Amino acid sequence: MKFNTVIIGGGLAGLVAGISLQKAGRSTAIISTGQNALHFFSGSFESIEEAPQRIIDLFAEAGVRLHYAPGVRLMPMGTFKKSTLSLEDISLLPEPKIGSKALIVSFSGYHDFFCSFLAEGLEKQGMSCRIKMLDLPELEKLEQSPSEMRSVQIARTMDRIWENVVREIRMLLRDEDTVILPQVFGLRDTSIPDRIRQGIPAQVIFTGTLPPSVPGIRTQLLLKRRYELLGGTYLMGDEATGAHVHEGSVHSIVTHNLGNHFLEAENFILATGAYFSKGLRSNPFQISEPIFGLDVEQAAERSDWYNPEFMREQPYMKYGVATDATLHALKDGEPIKNLYAIGSILGETHSEMGTGGGLAIRSALAVADQILKTSEE
Amino acid sequence: MKLQEYTSSSHNFEECMKCTVCTAYCPVLQVNPLYPGPKQAGPDGERLRLKDPFFFNYALKYCLNCKRCEVACPSGVKVADLIQAARIKYDNAPVKWRDRLLASTDFMGRLARPVAPIANAVTGLGVTKTMMDAMFKIDHRRTFPKYSPYSFEFWMGRHEKEQAAFSEQVAYFHGCYVNYNYPKLGKHLVKILNALGVGVQLLDKEKCCGIAMITNGMKTEATKHATHNVEVLSKAVDKGLMVLTTSSSCTLTLRDEYPSLLGVDNSGVRDFVMMATRYIYEKLEKGATLRFKPDYKKKVAYHTPCHMEKLGWGVFSEKLLRMIPGVEFTMLDSACCGIAGTYGFKRENYEASQAIGQPLFDQIKSVNPDVVACDCETCKWQIEMSTGYTVMNPISILAEAIEYEKEK
Repeated sequence: MKFNTVIIGGGLAGLVAGISLQKAGRSTAIISTGQNALHFFSGSFESIEEAPQRIIDLFAEAGVRLHYAPGVRLMPMGTFKKSTLSLEDISLLPEPKIGSKALIVSFSGYHDFFCSFLAEGLEKQGMSCRIKMLDLPELEKLEQSPSEMRSVQIARTMDRIWENVVREIRMLLRDEDTVILPQVFGLRDTSIPDRIRQGIPAQVIFTGTLPPSVPGIRTQLLLKRRYELLGGTYLMGDEATGAHVHEGSVHSIVTHNLGNHFLEAENFILATGAYFSKGLRSNPFQISEPIFGLDVEQAAERSDWYNPEFMREQPYMKYGVATDATLHALKDGEPIKNLYAIGSILGETHSEMGTGGGLAIRSALAVADQILKTSEE
Repeated sequence: MKLQEYTSSSHNFEECMKCTVCTAYCPVLQVNPLYPGPKQAGPDGERLRLKDPFFFNYALKYCLNCKRCEVACPSGVKVADLIQAARIKYDNAPVKWRDRLLASTDFMGRLARPVAPIANAVTGLGVTKTMMDAMFKIDHRRTFPKYSPYSFEFWMGRHEKEQAAFSEQVAYFHGCYVNYNYPKLGKHLVKILNALGVGVQLLDKEKCCGIAMITNGMKTEATKHATHNVEVLSKAVDKGLMVLTTSSSCTLTLRDEYPSLLGVDNSGVRDFVMMATRYIYEKLEKGATLRFKPDYKKKVAYHTPCHMEKLGWGVFSEKLLRMIPGVEFTMLDSACCGIAGTYGFKRENYEASQAIGQPLFDQIKSVNPDVVACDCETCKWQIEMSTGYTVMNPISILAEAIEYEKEK
């Protein structure tokens, strides 16, 4: 099968690159080995400082509404973190303060949202907090399987009964100026978080839960749907197992499911993520990139990979695939002409692009632009 | 080494990172609170079961075997295989008569075919449905597949000479559905292949692939079928033939379930068993051509069956359909239709089955296509019964859209 561009990796970076290329009329395929980091998504893209309108528009066309307001967001432990661009459900605050009294609401039997940690964190900053666990008859069915009382299961129920939650909170509300809720709203219907805000006479802030991330899954679903609507081929659950490279350029990709049916293209984008998604692999001797055997920037001595103090910054988190200035991946020090690396497989080798979501989006757009420019010429 | 025995398994549960992504994609978990979910039932439970079989949980029978957990897993854990393998290994409860009945698709087909008109009329009757519900707990709200008065094998027997005349040959594993219920699909495949200059031959007496036996706990019978099928597939492969299929579930079973769940070695034949859509796509890619009817027009919505999703070959059906001039193509969202072979026929699963399929049914209604395309026969029954839309195998749509004189 032949495409203009084959993208390995179906997470945020791969989808943004795929959507941009399909929109410009290029045929693409995405190979996605299982689900991706969007399932652990906080809802915020850190450190995106410039030109967000293009990004906002690209997401809006997929039905994902973003807002840009450099400031901070509330973290699940009651602390604040710098943030610039995020999904509309995530409140971006101008300063690390949310009011004087907060009502923290969660659900009986739900253990993936830590109300007391959140309250403790906020109380340290002089806020007073009240915690209320709602007992909803509609959630009783879920409680029969306590290990499965997770964000996504609750969100499915909330898609139907969010109005009851609003009613309950209105009755509970005394003199609090802020209501804090877990991010379990709007899995399918993206308008729900906004309608909850309109229904409650206080500032409503949605805060992260343990995975899976409901806003993340929603974002993944909408971006993938947009990509397929533009004619993109999303190969779900397949895995790139090898590549044919001749004279410094990639000819085709071998995948687990397609076997001897190779995926050919003019350009290839590597967006396979870091260690968790196996874009990078490690053994006691080295950190490597498994598909092409690309150069991975790393300290020579294993003892320099990590900091023995567990909670400190770990050097190995910064390692990534080496590229030239235009994100062409390097092998044995030489750039591969038609292979680009984007997203978290870059590690922090391109720190000017930010970390996490910011790096994914900006590197994806930079590479898509380059591919469009070169195939125009 | 005792330690090694406790910490590794053939379905790599030790790779699980406990990320819970699989639980977000399990269709059963969304509707049935009695099911412990893929993470608990698969890798988490396996760790305990390896220590002591006492920890086997009978609620594992609620697993559809749709494999969506495996497709979603970022760590490559064989979640669904873990669950099915545990059921095979630890579930020693005798198989119910109802489950035997439902799982013996080729036996039932052989029985019903000679009296097809009567069988069809009888299974369509309200009183029969009530009786089957009362006696066997087969849900009375189900529509049963109709039996054909002649089998596909019979039809092929009458066209053997004509097919042998083609210089290029393939074998066809038609499966129970084509043989007993809908020989037309097999004829559609023959038409397309003939138009490409390829003749079709049967295997030396194939048996049901056995997928329903595997999910209904009939391991011995399933293994017999698997061993037999690998033998007849080998005969075809030895003759240099590719073996084509039109059902995604049969294909997954022949290629992947035989070795991973039944321990039947199929390594000599696996790479030669292929969905017909892939074979045809590859032929066209290499320069073969089909002549399309100039006035063909159809709005097609494609549903990727769960097992096709697992095979990763839906792309061939999609590309073939998009290739037909006059086809307006929509890709439906990745979702389970809820039937999962014999699962939805059981009375205890009926509600869950319909609830699982609801988002898909809703999307089909909003797209409002002329026809839904899908490579799986049980999805077809479920979608037709639940939405009223006609469901066609991509092969049938392609056959309808091409011109070929020798058509008979």
